[in-house]
Amino acid sequence: MRISRPILSGLLALALTACGSGAAPAADSDEIKVGLLHSLSGTMAISEVTVRDAELLAIEEINKAGGVLGKKLVPVVEDGASDWPTFAEKATKLIRQDKVATVFGGWTSASRKAMLPVFERYKALLWYPVQYEGLESSPYIFYTGATTNQQIIPGLDYLKEQGKKSLFLVGSDYVFPRTANKIIKAYAASNGMTILGEEYTPLGHTEYSTLVNKVMGAKPDAVFNTLNGDSNVAFFKQFKSAGGTAESMPVLSVSIAEEEVTGIGVDNVAGHPVAWNYYQTTDTPANTAFVKAYKAKYGAAKVTSDPMEAGYNAVYLWAEAVKKAGTTEVEAVRKAAPGIALERPEGLVTIDGDNQHMYKTARIGIIQPDGLIKQVWDSDRPIKPDPYLKGYPWAAGLAGQ
Amino acid sequence: MPAFLNQLPIGLSIGAVLLLIALGLTFTFGQMGVINMAHGEFIMAGAYTAFLLGDLLAALPVAFLVAGVMGLVLERAAIRHFYRRPLDTLLLTWGVSLVLQQLARDLFGAPNVQVPAPSWLAGGVGILPYNRLFIMGLAVAGVVAVWVYLTRTKLGRRTQAVVQNRQLAATSGIDTGRVDMLTFFIGSGLAGVAGVALTLIGPVGPALGTYYIVDAFLVVVAGGLGQLRGAVLAAIALGLLNSYAEFWSDASLAKVIVFAVVIAFLQVRPQGLFVLRSRVLT
Repeated sequence: MRISRPILSGLLALALTACGSGAAPAADSDEIKVGLLHSLSGTMAISEVTVRDAELLAIEEINKAGGVLGKKLVPVVEDGASDWPTFAEKATKLIRQDKVATVFGGWTSASRKAMLPVFERYKALLWYPVQYEGLESSPYIFYTGATTNQQIIPGLDYLKEQGKKSLFLVGSDYVFPRTANKIIKAYAASNGMTILGEEYTPLGHTEYSTLVNKVMGAKPDAVFNTLNGDSNVAFFKQFKSAGGTAESMPVLSVSIAEEEVTGIGVDNVAGHPVAWNYYQTTDTPANTAFVKAYKAKYGAAKVTSDPMEAGYNAVYLWAEAVKKAGTTEVEAVRKAAPGIALERPEGLVTIDGDNQHMYKTARIGIIQPDGLIKQVWDSDRPIKPDPYLKGYPWAAGLAGQ
Repeated sequence: MPAFLNQLPIGLSIGAVLLLIALGLTFTFGQMGVINMAHGEFIMAGAYTAFLLGDLLAALPVAFLVAGVMGLVLERAAIRHFYRRPLDTLLLTWGVSLVLQQLARDLFGAPNVQVPAPSWLAGGVGILPYNRLFIMGLAVAGVVAVWVYLTRTKLGRRTQAVVQNRQLAATSGIDTGRVDMLTFFIGSGLAGVAGVALTLIGPVGPALGTYYIVDAFLVVVAGGLGQLRGAVLAAIALGLLNSYAEFWSDASLAKVIVFAVVIAFLQVRPQGLFVLRSRVLT
């Protein structure tokens, strides 16, 4: 029974926190605490650390410009450790113990799904910065990344325009790729495209020779890639050494941005298309300033990417909503947020009142030999977010699944 | 060639990867019975050595030394105080593995780094790219080197003597402490070599070791502790099983099938494929 004492004191600490005064932020302080909750270790750290860095940059800039409501923002950083229950646990800690005004965090849908009940239960706010599979709209989450009709559907439109008639779907085995592929299959069925195969691998999987053999055997016009994290490195290395090229079989990825290209090796991915809303090369005045500030803070060799930009935006959008509401109180901020429009690095971003997603411009880019991404296609204007794809007749029934 | 025939060479090449990552463990776990959870991080150290040197061939011997010395330090500083306490060793080395991962993150950053593949490894024969053939060649060379060491050198024979009967070896004048040190050095060094080879096909990042550690233990356990030929056979069998299981189902299910088969196999043969004939009476 040697272990009983730490467990007991842990329970006691938990009970004491639970007796605290709830989520109301301390009003008399001249600081506002905000939580940053990303995986700083484990398989997702490769991606999530950079989002945290971008959020810290936004906090620093806002503080330099005088803070929010005359108060300085103080980040409380926690590690979700690429482990979904840990995300829920750390979210609870940030809300109950640190009493943060809002949380910026998550990357994988699994981590968001794990945090969602926590934020709904304590009526606290989460700003989620990554493109995802849609079919969700929590009143306590703001989604600053793309939903499917701002990334996946434009990606499919692009492939269709390029004359690609058959697809092979490759993804990591969790909620985002599986849902994304349901949408892709529904799109294909009504757009005269055939799906030649659909394969999933566990997160962190590194052995792709069998999968690549299946892809090569099926001979699709293009591959739609929803792999996440380190698996992309193994997949592209093994795809290339098996003779796969961007000319004969382009692999359209929705989880590879500038930051991942270096780790995969430019040689292995150059020429392949990606679908996002922002690239480091996106030509707006706000982006010039963002890229400059980011490089000044973290080093000239660093690159900026879509999820980083969405995380960076999230802090500004929340700050704007707080200014409009005149308080950090969650319900007031939620009421103030709809309609807020800011010129961000990706262009005009507007918070949608119906579903707390953002109006965003879709962009398809090609990975260049220098590791940056060149835009080759865009949607002309910000697309209204439609997480349940109500505006697409072929998607009827998907939301119910 | 039909796709399912392609799976045969693919299975062998998966087996070669398994063998390469498990080879070092046949020493530290197989010979010495140390459950070294930090074995994966020695693989990672080898991969980062290749990244720092930027040259694959030069990295092979250097990675052997780097990982070997790391293993040596770990054995002398910590593990030797925990012999005959397998559960404590497991916790200890797991902690070391976390520390090493964080160290890599602090030194090289959280994102993956890129090790350029040498141009002479571009291309391939049939379904197998040259880099896969290189890994297979390296695995064969590793097995031969280990076999020669264990059976044809004085040090190797002493290692076998200590494994088979520590007390008797000690009374015959063998310095068992030195043998342990050397065995751990070689086992860890081999992990470093595997790390260099893995840069050809996989990610190079702080979490690299965690992707391979379970498979490495699987091979050694299925093959039978301390048995080189067991590890070779187990690696090839698991490689082929993996290849065909994934071909006819998918990657997630293939993992389940492989584990299920190994568990079922260990029910029938708890000692693994081959049993070490030891004179220890216990």
